Amino acid sequence: MSDSSSPIVSLRGVGKLFGTGTLALDGLDLDVRRGEFLSLLGPSGCGKSTALRIVAGLSEPSRGTVTWSDGGGSHARDIGFVFQEPTLMPWATVLANVFLPLKLAGADRAAAVPRIMETLARVGLADFAEAYPRELSGGMRMRVSIARALVTAPRILLMDEPFAALDEITRFKLNDDLVALWRELRMTVVFVTHSVFESVYLSQRIVVMTNRPGRVSSELAIDATHRDARFRTSAEYAGYCRVASEALGRAMNAGAAA
Amino acid sequence: MSGGSPQESGRERREQALRILAPAGVLALGVVLWDLIVRVNGIPPYILPSPGLVLSTLVSDWPVLWTSLLATLETTMEGLALAVIGGIGLAVLFNQSRLIEHSLYPYAVILQVTPVVAVAPLLLIYLPQQAAVLACAWIVAFFPVLANTTLGLSSVDHNLADLFRLYGASRWQVLRELKLPAALPQMLAGIRIAGGLSLIGAVVAEIAAGSAGAGSGLAYRIAESGYRLNIPRMFAALLLLSLAGIVIFALLSWLTHLVLHRWHESAIARET
Repeated sequence: MSDSSSPIVSLRGVGKLFGTGTLALDGLDLDVRRGEFLSLLGPSGCGKSTALRIVAGLSEPSRGTVTWSDGGGSHARDIGFVFQEPTLMPWATVLANVFLPLKLAGADRAAAVPRIMETLARVGLADFAEAYPRELSGGMRMRVSIARALVTAPRILLMDEPFAALDEITRFKLNDDLVALWRELRMTVVFVTHSVFESVYLSQRIVVMTNRPGRVSSELAIDATHRDARFRTSAEYAGYCRVASEALGRAMNAGAAA
Repeated sequence: MSGGSPQESGRERREQALRILAPAGVLALGVVLWDLIVRVNGIPPYILPSPGLVLSTLVSDWPVLWTSLLATLETTMEGLALAVIGGIGLAVLFNQSRLIEHSLYPYAVILQVTPVVAVAPLLLIYLPQQAAVLACAWIVAFFPVLANTTLGLSSVDHNLADLFRLYGASRWQVLRELKLPAALPQMLAGIRIAGGLSLIGAVVAEIAAGSAGAGSGLAYRIAESGYRLNIPRMFAALLLLSLAGIVIFALLSWLTHLVLHRWHESAIARET
């Protein structure tokens, strides 16, 4: 696997100035390596979501470049995006919601059903295909949202604080399931969060960002092989969390001083 | 959660009975009072007919009133159908093109704020009577559909819109798969208002046309009965008009429930 560390997408000197005059990002350099689980960690409003939207092509950088390893072209089918809210269509069933990306690509529903059911089974919702979003709990809605992002078998999954609004028990469960999915599907994940504990638990690599303007403050590798309940209570985990917390503290101070 | 406990279902049933019995009681009380006032004061029927007389007139004049009711309902339904088509069509056009929206929206407002009573006589001069009546019903009814649908189309969840963009949805796909379904609740609210307004428009135009003498709708019957001092028939026709309005509202509410009950917050009964 010689390309395991080669970047799938690279941001160079990316800046984003909003119409309101807010400089959300300035001189952001970031490589997302193929197959890694990368977390962007930073305080609220540090531009990490903006960076994610720029990678997704939902937002244009004011400065700098975004380079894909395969040299541009259409990445639309290769990106899965999970928002902070489940962002489901309330008028459509779970099945129809997960079908959406395929439908927009012109797929036939009957032909897509096996694939949809397989994806729903992956997130543990095989029995809820005909349910409407309002009939589901918050955690289940988020699972639907993840299934929708996975159904196109994307090469890169972008997640924007997806579990921030969930209770801790649900969040732990989804964290575990996400790690399992990442292992199984061997995809690249970029995960935005403001939770030190979540980022340490999930990631291979954490990029800590400074506040206003957002740029990379430090980087941290998490070399743990097992991610389970035991890891969550280990001294190793606590050690990583302390290091990440300190890095975050430094980043926030740097942002405040600037 | 399920609301299945006997206590709760009993309370629910009482609540439901109250919802029917309370207004029915008010109605009965009103009718009795009305009857008493007529009897005690010996009011002649050409000033205020008793409820019994109104009912018997409703029965005896049924053939005339029934054809008139059908004529008015036909106008109302046609006006409503045109309002729905025109309102939604225009809203979609506005949503697709700012230029069209800015060019036409002020005139839609003008059409709405100009009292239709004042416009009806003019329309009757330029249009054949049936067309003029229909035009009035349409003018009053289309604006709520337009305004509500416009609001609905433009209040789509931003993240969902982003998602559609991410997957390279075409303009047509965004409209059909995202904006129109998202706008359904507001659209249906507009249509529900439009149903009642279409009836009002039809009645106003019929009254205006009534003096021209060729109308045959319920409102025309009311005007005609007024000239002839046939007050009981006036009341009977008015009663029918009210009932027609109630039925239209109930039907449209039922349609709304049918479309939205699986997913929209407004259609979900909450337990407290």
